[in-house]
Formats: sequence, structure tokens, C-alpha cells
Amino acid sequence: MIEEQFATGNSIIHGLDPRVKIIVVALFSVIVAISSRFLALLPALAISLFLVAMAKLPIKKVFYRLLLVNGLILFLWFVLPFTYKGQELFAIGPFIATKEGILLASQITVKSNSILLSMIALLSTTPIFSLGHAMGQLYFPDKITHLFLFTFRYIHVIYKEYRRLINAMKMRGFVPRTNMHTYKSYAYLVGMLLVKSYDRAERIHKAMRCRGFNNKYHSLTQFSLKMEDIFCLSLMSAVISGLAVLQWVVTT
Amino acid sequence: MKSSKYSWFFLFTGEKMHISEGVLSAPVLVTGAALAVTGISVGLKKMDYEKIPQVAVLSAAFFVASLIHVPMGPSSVHLILNGINGLLLSWLCFPSILIALALQAILFQFGGITVLGVNTITMALPAVIGYYLFGRLIKEKNRLLSLAAAFACGFFSVFLSGILVAGALLSTGESFISAAKLILLAHIPVMIIEGIITMFCVAFLKKVKPELLEGVYEKR
Repeated sequence: MIEEQFATGNSIIHGLDPRVKIIVVALFSVIVAISSRFLALLPALAISLFLVAMAKLPIKKVFYRLLLVNGLILFLWFVLPFTYKGQELFAIGPFIATKEGILLASQITVKSNSILLSMIALLSTTPIFSLGHAMGQLYFPDKITHLFLFTFRYIHVIYKEYRRLINAMKMRGFVPRTNMHTYKSYAYLVGMLLVKSYDRAERIHKAMRCRGFNNKYHSLTQFSLKMEDIFCLSLMSAVISGLAVLQWVVTT
Repeated sequence: MKSSKYSWFFLFTGEKMHISEGVLSAPVLVTGAALAVTGISVGLKKMDYEKIPQVAVLSAAFFVASLIHVPMGPSSVHLILNGINGLLLSWLCFPSILIALALQAILFQFGGITVLGVNTITMALPAVIGYYLFGRLIKEKNRLLSLAAAFACGFFSVFLSGILVAGALLSTGESFISAAKLILLAHIPVMIIEGIITMFCVAFLKKVKPELLEGVYEKR
């Protein structure tokens, strides 16, 4: 369940320097998040789709992923068109949909999905450990990068513990239902996970001390900017500036 | 989480507490980010380098625990657990929650870069407030009082998170008022379940590993 679904591949995007990817995705997200005109948002959506195509990701999986994370957006589609005041477009029973409401909902949908797609194309195509090391080289605070790397490292370990506990519960005939017994069992499961993680942390700490851990997480990966990295960074900066121009400079 | 297929469906229905990318306005995003940076820097200051692996293992435990889906009538909700997170980590829950949210954004695309600040605040601020309000009461010898405080802490943390999510939506635009109300309403059962889970979990920890509730992760 906790797997880096898109991290492996041999497209141009997979081969890019993670530092470049982090910078591009951050710039792109910020510009798209504060844009409001369709004139800028639709090209942004096209760019993010292009990036996904460049990364040669399985379309079906990407679409499925989008569907999952559009929960809030779907919910807004059910609410916004009918509660926003404006010009009436159509009515379903007592609910009147307005043009402005539908426009707002579509604007949010386009914005959200272009950012999501760019994240899938750029961040999800990088192994988490490379991202962590790239964060370190981009001068993120040391404590943050260390915490990021260690947490990801232990998620898998703790997930295994969790599977063991849940299997043990199932073997004893546990079936989750809406009752106090279920909630109590799950609470104890969470408590046991916390206790186990505490004990494990103690052991890890001692083991690391024994091996001379001096509070530094060294990285063996050496990042080097290649020609295509520099090309991609400048191209994407130009494209993103273009989006900003479409949003704030061009008058319609 | 019977099979992975079903768990994905539940993720879809249960995930309303994180605000998606592209919904909030720029001023709300900036305010959220600024507040989050403040909270995170307090948390980092209180966290020794030496404690990082320990905090990381606990953050991983919370990450995994938040994947658990608890049945609620015909549907199910996923655990948020920011109440217990605050009780165990106090201010350190800011960096812990930040990392968990960043990983969720990268691995599952829940949330994202620009809303990371707002989402961190909506989860971590109630956790810290819950710690200050109920932390001492929970260590109380009186069993009933301690259990009541634990329930209140779990309930209140999610309640305040809901209020903050609604507030972020409302500050973006008046038009979100019905959406904000509905989100808050939908979270009332979640608050009750979180309260119950927090109560039993604290009772369990007090029996099995009371030192966990003594702020072992903080710098001293």
C-alpha cells in the first residue's frame, strides 16, 4: 500500500536531477495556485498533462490516482454551483445552479488537477530518498531533511508491525463493526503500535550510537547538473513566467 | 483495510479533512504557511538532533495508524489521531505532522506543496492546544477524570481542526459557507470516534507504557 508507484522508469523526466524537479514543481504549484483566469489555467493543465506524457506513466494508474484525490473537489461540485449567488443556469428540484458557481467549481477543478498532475509527473517519479537528499542540498533545514528521511525509512518497518498486529487480531476472529468493542480494539492496536515504535526507537538509537552516528545523515548520491537539467530548468522557468504573464499582464 | 482495493475506496470517502491544492486563495495560503513556519521552528528548537530517529519512528507510527479505517455505520472513517500526537509530542507534533503531510502529498497526492502550510496548521495547532488544555489532567491519578480528559482531547482536537478547515474555506470566499458548514457537520461523528479511540488509547498507554505520556521526546 505504501509504495512509490511511479518512482521507477526510464523517461527523460525520471532521469532529471531531483533538485531541478523540486524547484520546477514548487514554482509551478505556486503560480497555478494563485492564478484565477482560465487563460492561464488551461495552458497550465496542458503543460502538466504534457509532463505526465513525457514521464511515460501508465495512463490508467494516473487517472485512477486523480479520481482518488478529487474527493474534496467532487464534494465542492455538489455544493458550490447551488449555493453561489448569481445568474440562474438550470434547476434540479429546489436547487438552482448558477453560472458563477459552476465557473468557480470548474476553475478550482482545473487548478487542483494541474498541480496534482505536475506533482505526479515530477515528484512521484523521484525516489523519496533522492528527494530527501535533494532537499538537503537545496538548503532545507537539516533537522527537517533528517526527519523526512528517517520517517520514510521507518514507515515500512512500522507498516510491517501493523500487518502483524492486524493479522493476529483476525486470527482471533476480529471482525470490525460499528460498536464499542471494535473501537476499543483499534485503540489498543494504535497504542500497541506506539509502544512498539517507542521500544524500536530505543534500540535503533543505541545501535546507531554503537556505529558512531554523529547526528549526520550522509548521502552517497552525488547530484550533478547535466545539460538536459539546465535546459529543462530554463525551459520550465520560461513557460511558468509565460503563465504568469497570461494571468496578470495580458488584458482581455 | 481488508484488501487494498477496498482501502482505496475508503480513502476516497474518508478524506475530507485535508484541503486540496487549488481551492484556497493566496492570502489564506500565505497566512497558513507563515503560521506553520512559526510552529515548526518552535518544534525544531525543542527537538535535539539526538532525538530525530525517535521522533521519526513515532511519526511513522502515526502515519501508519492514520491509514486505519474504522467502520462507522455503512461507511468508514480514517483515523486522524492528532489529539494523541499532541499529547505525546507537544510542540514536536508540528514537524512530525509536516513530514507526514509532505509524504502523503508525494506518495498519494493528498494535499500538496502550496496547501502544506494550511494543512499543517489545521492538524498541528489543535494538537498543541489539546496538549496544553488536557495534558496535565490526563496524568491525573483519578481514572475517571483522566479518561474524560483523554476523550475531550481527542474530540476537541478534531473539532478544532474542523473549525480551522472551515475558517480557511470561509476566508477564501463567502461562497464556501455551505461547503464549510457541511464539512463541519460531517465531522461530528469523526470527533466522537476520535474521542473514544483517544480515551482507550490513553488508558492503554497509562497501563503499558506510562512514560510515553511524560514528554520523552522533547529536549531536556
